Amino acid sequence: MSSRERILARVRRALVDVPADEPWTRVPAETVANGPGTGPALEVLEDRLRDYRALVRRAPASRLAAEVAAALERRGASRVVVPADIPSRWLDDTRARTLRDSRERPVSLEDLDGVDGVVTGCAVAVAETGTLVLDGGPGQGRRALTLVPDYHLCVVRADQVVDGVPQAVRLLDPSRPLTWISGPSATSDIELNRVEGVHGPRTLEVLLVEAGV
Amino acid sequence: MRIALFITCVNDTLFPDTGRAVVRLLERLGHEVVFPAEQTCCGQMHHNTGYRRSAGRLAVRFVRTFEGADAVVVPSASCAAMIRDGYPRLGAGGSRLSRKAARLAPRVYDLTELLMDVLGVTDVGAYYPHKVAYHPTCHGLRVLGLGDRPHRLLRAVRGLELVEMTGATECGGFGGTFALKNGDVSSAMGADKARHAVDSGAEVLCAVDNSCLMHIGGVLSRQRSGMRVAHLAEILACTEKEGLTR
Amino acid sequence: MSSATFLGMPPFPKAAGKAVGDARLRHNLRRATHTIRDKRAAAVGELGEDWLRLRAEGAAIKEHTLRHLDRYLEQLEDSVRRAGGRVHWAADAAEANEIVTDLVRATGETDVVKVKSMATQEIELNGALAEAGITAYETDLAELIVQLGQDLPSHILVPAVHLGRAQIREIFLEQMAEWGVPAPSGLTDDPRALAEAARVHLRERFLRTRTAISGANFAVADTGTLVVLESEGNGRMCLTLPQTLISVVGIEKVVPTWTDLEVFLQLLPRSSTGERMNPYTSTWTGVTPGDGPQEFHLVLLDNGRTDVLADTVGRQALRCIRCSACLNVCPVYERTGGHAYGSVYPGPIGAILTPQLRGMASAVEEALPYASSLCGACYEVCPVAIDIPEVLVHLRERVADSPGHPGEKALMAGAEAVLSSPRALDAVQRAAGLGRGAVPRRLPGPAGAWTDTRDLPEIPAKSFRQWWDESGRGRS
Repeated sequence: MSSRERILARVRRALVDVPADEPWTRVPAETVANGPGTGPALEVLEDRLRDYRALVRRAPASRLAAEVAAALERRGASRVVVPADIPSRWLDDTRARTLRDSRERPVSLEDLDGVDGVVTGCAVAVAETGTLVLDGGPGQGRRALTLVPDYHLCVVRADQVVDGVPQAVRLLDPSRPLTWISGPSATSDIELNRVEGVHGPRTLEVLLVEAGV
Repeated sequence: MRIALFITCVNDTLFPDTGRAVVRLLERLGHEVVFPAEQTCCGQMHHNTGYRRSAGRLAVRFVRTFEGADAVVVPSASCAAMIRDGYPRLGAGGSRLSRKAARLAPRVYDLTELLMDVLGVTDVGAYYPHKVAYHPTCHGLRVLGLGDRPHRLLRAVRGLELVEMTGATECGGFGGTFALKNGDVSSAMGADKARHAVDSGAEVLCAVDNSCLMHIGGVLSRQRSGMRVAHLAEILACTEKEGLTR
Repeated sequence: MSSATFLGMPPFPKAAGKAVGDARLRHNLRRATHTIRDKRAAAVGELGEDWLRLRAEGAAIKEHTLRHLDRYLEQLEDSVRRAGGRVHWAADAAEANEIVTDLVRATGETDVVKVKSMATQEIELNGALAEAGITAYETDLAELIVQLGQDLPSHILVPAVHLGRAQIREIFLEQMAEWGVPAPSGLTDDPRALAEAARVHLRERFLRTRTAISGANFAVADTGTLVVLESEGNGRMCLTLPQTLISVVGIEKVVPTWTDLEVFLQLLPRSSTGERMNPYTSTWTGVTPGDGPQEFHLVLLDNGRTDVLADTVGRQALRCIRCSACLNVCPVYERTGGHAYGSVYPGPIGAILTPQLRGMASAVEEALPYASSLCGACYEVCPVAIDIPEVLVHLRERVADSPGHPGEKALMAGAEAVLSSPRALDAVQRAAGLGRGAVPRRLPGPAGAWTDTRDLPEIPAKSFRQWWDESGRGRS
């Protein structure tokens, strides 16, 4: 008997008390209510991001390229990586050199480690928890892109912001590799106190764009 | 109202003053207290140490002794919790014991529940001119859900000053046979609790469970802290005419 | 570079006694547990009544899954395969270690990076890999500290919680060079500096290691998705950069559907690190061409879990999502730390999990169900409502029903005999009342555990029932 069969047989023996006619397809949970939001989603998101020491700027869509350029300028980022399918007008104003990355033509890990930062969009943002979710879709790139560089500038459109975790889970496609990001890399491993900055980007900057881009 | 007193084996044997205080208090409030003589022990020690069948036999005795009562008062939160929360789970599901225990459980009260929920009194007319800290014992806090009942009763006592204690909701470390089986940890927990009690500036540490007070009081006494312990019933029984008997 | 083991540790009361006397350990633990308790209380309190609904929902999902575990495991296997992963089944630790070793060997690599994983700690995978000439590098900061210090984990979430910053600095300065990039010579004990040292130490390792080993917080049956929650980014490094990913996952980690995660992604971060959300959560389903590992293996681990499942009371322990809230709030854990529990699973959850996973194999397992005052703080904070006190008492019954412990059994039988008769009880009380003057201040034998630190109460001259009879109130 294979271990698979042995384990499954043990499981079935262990569950003799469970009535044979007990339904095994679970009735889906009622939507779990979110915690009390403290205001409209964008304000909550901004508040929660700042709470995790992310840098946050809000801008109208018309100012996006200028804000991207200004952010990179402030950071002193002269060489950044971007997903090849990033909307090109986001980068209209910046003077930083951009490396374009795609699954087909990936930037090497060494180069990723050498750039000054990365600029991406996101798939969904969760106001209540201050979370950005990237799913590898347009403008988001491979997972390594937002991991290896030390600075991540993420553009969030207002229409991507949902109130809570349940809404985000329901919008996302689990067949894609997802990365949920809530603030910069951090650790609580020293005396259970949170300090920012370990392996992931130590600086997370978020541009909240108020109208459609 | 006619109230049956379940004194509990520990109070019966070691802390009779608490029982006398319950009788004095309830009679003063105009109620009749009866003491069913066949009572002994709720079985908590056996249950919590792993001797389920022994606990079951003691539970059967308890249920038989008290099933005719309109209301049962138990001046020990952990014993009340054993009866209310533990008994229905003691017998196999649907057993006679489980059914009988489940029927009796809603009429079994900790003293604070009896006073406030059944008799509807908060001010019992007590007088106790001392600084008091209250230790919410674990079973009263988490199993019975006594909430702020003890605090409200204490605040209504004339002359009494209720003071806050750091780490109040943390276990004092008694835990029945835990106090012996893990004496070092139990003592360390008791020592921290005793320190918080002393630091509160209170003269008296009050609780609704004498087992916990025996443990913390034992530490306080060994440390010659000068701080006393008192069951809530004893404080509530005091008036300007009659002081603490212990 | 040997790895430490819990084998041969003394049973809880003895190990705990030693820990209680360690002032530095007590200081470290007190500080850490109180910090995290307050954070958790704030993060949970923010959700108000919704928290109780989430908790009930989390418990219900887990309970349902366990009751139909065979179906969900088969579904999970099928989903992972369809997404391009390979599924392996390991009945015990030895088999899991063998599977992982063979998989690593097949890659031709001798170095692997690891994401913190309780399952691989449980099966002592690092030791097994070392015997095969494979070095496993722990990348979680606390695991790194434990590995460098050749220490043992003492906490589920933060295995190095027993160490303070000054001790961590010493370990980094002394050990990092042995394993790779040394710590900077001017390293201070500022947590930021320590985190930076770990970043530098592991950076090259992440970029060049081609095989990674992880666990998972959840495995979703209907989609085949695995989920890892973390803070530092070491998890993302291991899950994203290597070519081959091997995930060792206990069979109880399965949840039925993707949308079930909406419950657990709220329960877990608030319970464990006391945050609204942990910095990074990664989910992956099989392999994604051009992004991340192109080879993915899921090793499903039993190793005693089906024994736990067979116990209808103890089964609830398998709901555990390893948040460690019960450790942080436990007054016993706060004073002993995790090593005293003799297992990678310390604290209240360890006290019910270890004896069930391993069986009552020795005095270590038999002592664990008693390592609690039954205060119930663990049950109160558990995000999946595991009634830990109930299971502790249930396991005490198993110990009391087993052979041995003749002294205790005789005492308990004697106590029952007295308490079964009001007459006998009265007689004992009268005898005690007469002998009350003769009780020594310090008692001999096991009772000395009481009188070493605590005075005994004064025995009253008369019991309550004696007083009642004499008060003329009458019998009923």
